[in-house]
Amino acid sequence: MQFLFLLEQVVNGLVLGGYYLLIALGLSLIFSVGGVVNLAHGAFYALGAYGAVEIAKHLGFGPAVVLSPIAVALLGILFERFLLRRFYTADPILSLLVTFGLALVAEQAIRMIWGAAPLPFGMPQAFKGNVTLGEFLFSRYRLFLLAVVALVLTGIWFLMHRTSFGRVVRAGIQRPDMVAALGIRLQPYMTAIVMLGVGMAALGGALFAPITNVHPAMGAEIITVAFVVVVIGGLGSFWGVVLAALLVGVVRGITIHFVPAAGEASMYILMFLVLLLRPRGLLGERIEKFE
Amino acid sequence: MTSRRNVLKAGAAGALALGFPAIVRAQSGAIKIGHLTPLTGFLGALGEYAVMGIKMATEEINAAGGVMGRQLDVMSEDSVNPATASIKAQRMLERDGVEFLMGEINSASAQTIMQVAARNKRLFLQIGARSDVLRGKNCNRYTFHVDIPVTVMVNAAGQALLRDGHIKGKRIFALTSDYLFGHDLAKAAKAFIAANGGTIVGDELTATDTTDFSPFLLKIRQAKPDLVATNLGGNQVTNFVKQYAEFGLPYPIAGFNLNTADAWAAGEGNLAGIWPTVWHHDLDTPGTKAFVAAFRQKYGKPPENHAWIEYVSLKIMAQAMNATKSVDTEKLIKYFESQAEFDLLKARKGYFRSWDHQLIQEAFPFTVKPKGQAKDKWDILAFGAAVPAANQPLESINPSKELNACSM
Repeated sequence: MQFLFLLEQVVNGLVLGGYYLLIALGLSLIFSVGGVVNLAHGAFYALGAYGAVEIAKHLGFGPAVVLSPIAVALLGILFERFLLRRFYTADPILSLLVTFGLALVAEQAIRMIWGAAPLPFGMPQAFKGNVTLGEFLFSRYRLFLLAVVALVLTGIWFLMHRTSFGRVVRAGIQRPDMVAALGIRLQPYMTAIVMLGVGMAALGGALFAPITNVHPAMGAEIITVAFVVVVIGGLGSFWGVVLAALLVGVVRGITIHFVPAAGEASMYILMFLVLLLRPRGLLGERIEKFE
Repeated sequence: MTSRRNVLKAGAAGALALGFPAIVRAQSGAIKIGHLTPLTGFLGALGEYAVMGIKMATEEINAAGGVMGRQLDVMSEDSVNPATASIKAQRMLERDGVEFLMGEINSASAQTIMQVAARNKRLFLQIGARSDVLRGKNCNRYTFHVDIPVTVMVNAAGQALLRDGHIKGKRIFALTSDYLFGHDLAKAAKAFIAANGGTIVGDELTATDTTDFSPFLLKIRQAKPDLVATNLGGNQVTNFVKQYAEFGLPYPIAGFNLNTADAWAAGEGNLAGIWPTVWHHDLDTPGTKAFVAAFRQKYGKPPENHAWIEYVSLKIMAQAMNATKSVDTEKLIKYFESQAEFDLLKARKGYFRSWDHQLIQEAFPFTVKPKGQAKDKWDILAFGAAVPAANQPLESINPSKELNACSM
């Protein structure tokens, strides 16, 4: 029985890891291609949630989950074009400061527009409740969430590994100078990557809004987890981020099974161990420009 | 070129930043009051209501001629965290020349401000923090407490749970927030459950930054309790009840702490169970009706319990200053300790108990209205009758001297 309980936590951790992945993958892509740690990533997650709440008022839940991330992705174009673009070749501390500042501005802007009080938001009645598969209990909504994540993930993998777009981006991660020498401008690709990345963060926000508190500081809550996942997974590796996100979810579940109070600390301990044994992250590639 | 423009910009910003306080300072003869409350972080939503409430009271008092003919000048600031709260409190007393301090919601920050008040021998009206130890083991003679302590919250919800047969002979799973307030709440809750014949079958701590409760929900299902009792704070309660509804677990749920703002944030259909509160906007008294109407008109939404408590707190201070014709801490302490009565917009008046400086007042249990009965998104809660009942002494739900000793 005890073993079964533990296994249930592992399975649940995988589901949660899938959701972390939605946020972390975009962060990792932007970091890998542009060399920028986008500390404002959480702000786009929060905007995705707030956007979904607003849109759902008029059009319902389904359109909200689709339209809000698209709107935020369009905002991401402006973010890349007018802000992020200036910092790709600059001292990393500058981009850290700028995106951190933007995160603060975004949080305060949300507080000014929607107020500090959290917004109520629910899910359609059909998604409520649980399904038991064998001995395991699943929230119906989270299974839906998992399906969306799997779909998005497949799409991103296909885009990165089976299209010419992906080939250029992957080459750009390793040798931007060579890509330039071949006469390819990386800038439009970077715009697309940022758009995709913040769009995924917003999708995470919109999907998680029905089961979490929609409040101004929600972005700050998620950015730490996403950052930890990226560090554990390693830069430049698609599967590294996937592995790390699932691992963080599972380790958290197992920790809560044995030492509930240490649940939130578990991922930092995991990060510490990984950095100690593999400073480049689990599947991190050697990237010349960051060495 | 650019540098000149930047200099001009910086100059303008500086002038703006410096200019406004100067205008405020120019009001001569105003009574300055230092007000600290969390405006960011996991209690920030409650702090926003707190500022609305005290602002409304300030405007009402000043429009009616102020206190002893002097206007009130309340400076509200974000207390951020315990360390910053203490630094700001000291600065307000030393440099800003405030007469006394008010505010707080976070028990840990309230604790550090209490120390500043004692060190400076200046009054601190501790408004919204509920930890028992603040008025027990760590009490001091310069601090008075307005909000109900956790023991009262446990008693208010506990009486209703007991009545509905959720405690006696039942197996109870407790989930507690891992900080000062949560620990204090859990201690009181466990004492109540043990005294009334319930058994604790699960007792777990969760970090204050927990946003996903799914591993805990699985453990609750594994324990198959008769009741899930939560001792959570701020945002956590909302996250927990939303995910509890998401997983659709069959066990009844209750909690010993839930602020109306967090209940509203959960939304219709997500919240269930029995909870306590210190005041609510549905209360049928002339005072509350007038306050709620005025608040709705000013802010376009009903007041949350933290708006109410800040509003009555400033009125309490105004009454004390008018009665003593003074802003002097010693005179105000003496007035409060005389157990003078204050109108709290409730059916019964309240007073500060002289030995632990706790405001003694009614509390209320509440449940959730059946789906479809809510008139709007603020109308989802069904409030129970005041505890203690009208024929019982107000003090009966408060911790006794033996349970929560305070020596000043």
